[in-house]
Amino acid sequence: MRKLKNLIMTGLLALATLICLLPLLLLLYYVIKMGISSINLDFFLNNPKPMGEAGGGMLNSIIGTIIVLAMASLIGIPIGLVTGIYLAENKGTKLAEWVRLATEVLVGIPSIVIGILVYGWLVKSMKTFSAFSGSIALTIIMIPILARSTEEVLLMVPHTLKEAAYALGASRWKTQWMIVMKTAMGGIVSAILSSIGRIAGETAPLLFTAFGNQFFSTKLFRPISTLPIQIFTYARSPNIVQNRMAWAGSLLLVGMVLVLNMSAKWIGYVVLKRRNK
Amino acid sequence: MKKNLLVSTGILLLSSMIMVSCTGKKPGISEAKELNGAGATFPKVLYEKYFDQYYQQKQVQVNYQAVGSGAGINTLIEKTIDFGATDAPMKADEEEKAGSSVIHIPTSLGAVVLTYNLDGNPKLKLNATVISGIFLGTITKWNDPLLQQLNPEVNLPSADIAVIHRSDGSGTTYTFTEYLTKADPNWKKALGTGKTVNWPVGLGGKGNDGVAGLLMQTPYSIGYVELIYATQNNLPYALVQNKTGHFVEPTMESVSKAADTTLPDDLKVSITDTNAAEGYPISTFTWIILYREQRYNNRDIAKAKAAYNLLWWMIHEGQEINETLQFGRLPDLAVQKAERLIQQITFDGKALP
Amino acid sequence: MKSDKLFKIVLLLFGVLILAFSVGIFLQLFSGAWKSIQQNGILFLIKQVWDPNQEIYGALPFLVGTLVTALLSVIFSLPLSIGSSLFLNEYIKGGWSVIISSMIDLLASIPSVVYGLWGLFVLVPYIRIVENWLFQNARLIPLFNSEPYGVGILSATVILLIMILPYSISVIKEVLKMVPNDIKEAGYALGANKWEVLQKIVLPYIKSGIFAGVGLSLGRALGETMAVTMVIGNRNALPASLFDPANTLASVIANEFYEASSTLHVSSLIYLALVLFVFSFLINFMMRLILKRINAGMIRK
Repeated sequence: MRKLKNLIMTGLLALATLICLLPLLLLLYYVIKMGISSINLDFFLNNPKPMGEAGGGMLNSIIGTIIVLAMASLIGIPIGLVTGIYLAENKGTKLAEWVRLATEVLVGIPSIVIGILVYGWLVKSMKTFSAFSGSIALTIIMIPILARSTEEVLLMVPHTLKEAAYALGASRWKTQWMIVMKTAMGGIVSAILSSIGRIAGETAPLLFTAFGNQFFSTKLFRPISTLPIQIFTYARSPNIVQNRMAWAGSLLLVGMVLVLNMSAKWIGYVVLKRRNK
Repeated sequence: MKKNLLVSTGILLLSSMIMVSCTGKKPGISEAKELNGAGATFPKVLYEKYFDQYYQQKQVQVNYQAVGSGAGINTLIEKTIDFGATDAPMKADEEEKAGSSVIHIPTSLGAVVLTYNLDGNPKLKLNATVISGIFLGTITKWNDPLLQQLNPEVNLPSADIAVIHRSDGSGTTYTFTEYLTKADPNWKKALGTGKTVNWPVGLGGKGNDGVAGLLMQTPYSIGYVELIYATQNNLPYALVQNKTGHFVEPTMESVSKAADTTLPDDLKVSITDTNAAEGYPISTFTWIILYREQRYNNRDIAKAKAAYNLLWWMIHEGQEINETLQFGRLPDLAVQKAERLIQQITFDGKALP
Repeated sequence: MKSDKLFKIVLLLFGVLILAFSVGIFLQLFSGAWKSIQQNGILFLIKQVWDPNQEIYGALPFLVGTLVTALLSVIFSLPLSIGSSLFLNEYIKGGWSVIISSMIDLLASIPSVVYGLWGLFVLVPYIRIVENWLFQNARLIPLFNSEPYGVGILSATVILLIMILPYSISVIKEVLKMVPNDIKEAGYALGANKWEVLQKIVLPYIKSGIFAGVGLSLGRALGETMAVTMVIGNRNALPASLFDPANTLASVIANEFYEASSTLHVSSLIYLALVLFVFSFLINFMMRLILKRINAGMIRK
């Protein structure tokens, strides 16, 4: 009887995995089918052209995405990590309970509301849309997600390891860095990548902060285009060529995140190997 | 000798004045290299082309994002952009919020068409009573006698009509509802005019593209979109009966004809339900809006000049592009009045040098 | 030690920063919504009519739309995310596991507008077929008793389900990796088979991680805008069944905010954001309490 249950559950778990994979495969298939024909050299080297003209591309959006994501990560990763460490270190305290609740509520704020808030705080006072305000909006979305994931990973580090370190006289700070973080490194890198991936695809909060730009721009305090914004714009166009470019852009975006994930995992693998020598 | 000098200076002065008024360009002070605009999705396709050409000709980057007429107005009021674009002229309370006066420059004409998803893509004829009934939910089936009456040669199915409207606020909706308010007393009483109304029936699509997308996915549906969304997606669209009783097909010609009417000096005029015999009744101007007094925030005169030059170009050279993208050209009277409006732009109270 | 004190202070600073920030957001939303709060009071939550032209505003249709789609999608995601995380971590080895999990992670970075488009063009027609079948055969159940358009609550729930899976899966997978081997070995040593070890030892051990995953999923489900707005039908009325078009708080805010010009309209939209904020808080708070109860129960055992 128990053996049967084991078998059935194994089957169900496999089924669950399959169900999770299925939409991804369908989506990827569709995105590739719709977008691959528009991926060519022009796509990478040119800026957008108006409807009806050949040779348009998404160069400005690709660069824009990198700039905005880099800025957001620069600010968001340290804040997210440290908050996560705080939550893990102070698990029992009342204050930490409230902070955790606050982080969870922040996760649930629609990204558009974040965009609206940043518009009110930054765009109106700076009297211009800018790449900077877009990054800030993304940072605000990134931080709570990263904090919660980091906390969970850190909590999984066995007590015994920490106790051993303290027994040997290490300070909490040292323990944290040397033991806990090293053990949890894999999980933390994964959490960071997840949060970057999450904000890479955001459109709504960028519409009224970064605004978008059909021209090439790297200025931090001017409107800038990003892949999600351009995808959104092209998807809404009546023109079928531009629609296909929207799919191509989506394909590119997913590809970029995949490369990011893979390279980080590879780096982690290399670091681990080196350490184990 | 002196007399010759005087005469030649006079001729020089006169010719430069003529040249200036011909090109509208103000020589001497340079213009800014970047402008940001936001607003209607309706003319998006047209403006995309305008600003690309403008960049190639003048190296000025005009960045336009189609975020909606209402957003265009709001961001102009909040002074986070240089100019807005709208299909619905600003209302009194919006102008009040703006503080200083805003000029409306029309750039082209467009049509809102009724498009539908029926087998065989028949060419339907509709009138205000029927359109109003469909969107109010009082006419529920395709083979309703009122519809059949207008289209005797078409085999209309007995299916329910799936209504599709806009979920977001829009100038397209404004034009559509304004037409119905003028042409059908039932509509006027029930919903009236607005960028968004409390639709009693139907599904909401986001943007013209959302409506077109939903329409293509939903059999037996009907919706209203800007002409180019119907043509680009090969969707059929209806002839609509105008005030004089003719059933008019939405084309560039019939749209331009709708504008063949008296125009006020501020050019904030609605041309829906036009009196013109061959005018398409659901037509509209689309405007660029900006502050008459360009000195605000920390703008400099270069920005004001850039805006001036851009607008001048749009109502002159730009017009050559309109018809290639199925937008109507501005009638001559409109261009004249628009020129006068543009010349009213000031910086620090003074006309641009 | 001095470095310890510094460490503690820095951590505290960041924690308090986040707390202050969320309170700040709450206050900002509250002040923005004030006009509408004055006008409508708390009854806003049960008023059904949303008509910007007449300046009548009520939140109920959107509240129901948000809660139904978010809660349904999270509930259905639970077995799927726990199941696949377990499978990927415990049943498949190394290479394949990494590949498949990376692929599932990819789901999280697909822009919501792409989900929306795919949802509208690929998912909705299939859902319409399912809805048609249910409508023909199971109409007596009120849940299925509506004209099957395809777009509506059901489509929105399914799309949300797909979108939130990677969030819980990524967290649950990470915590699964860190379950110490010795407690699993102990279980095997006692004669338990694989499923029993998982069910009785591993799952309870990662309880907190599961809740975190659910929290993240729920957050995304409550706040998702773009994809939902393209498949939910955008009708500002209470849905009577799963097939009805409806609207959510996030979706209506996205649709109307930037166009709204009247102060009351803007204020009411911010009021909706505030409502979402508060409900999100309440749901998370309750989840915390439940987790505490479960923990306390376990200790007693």
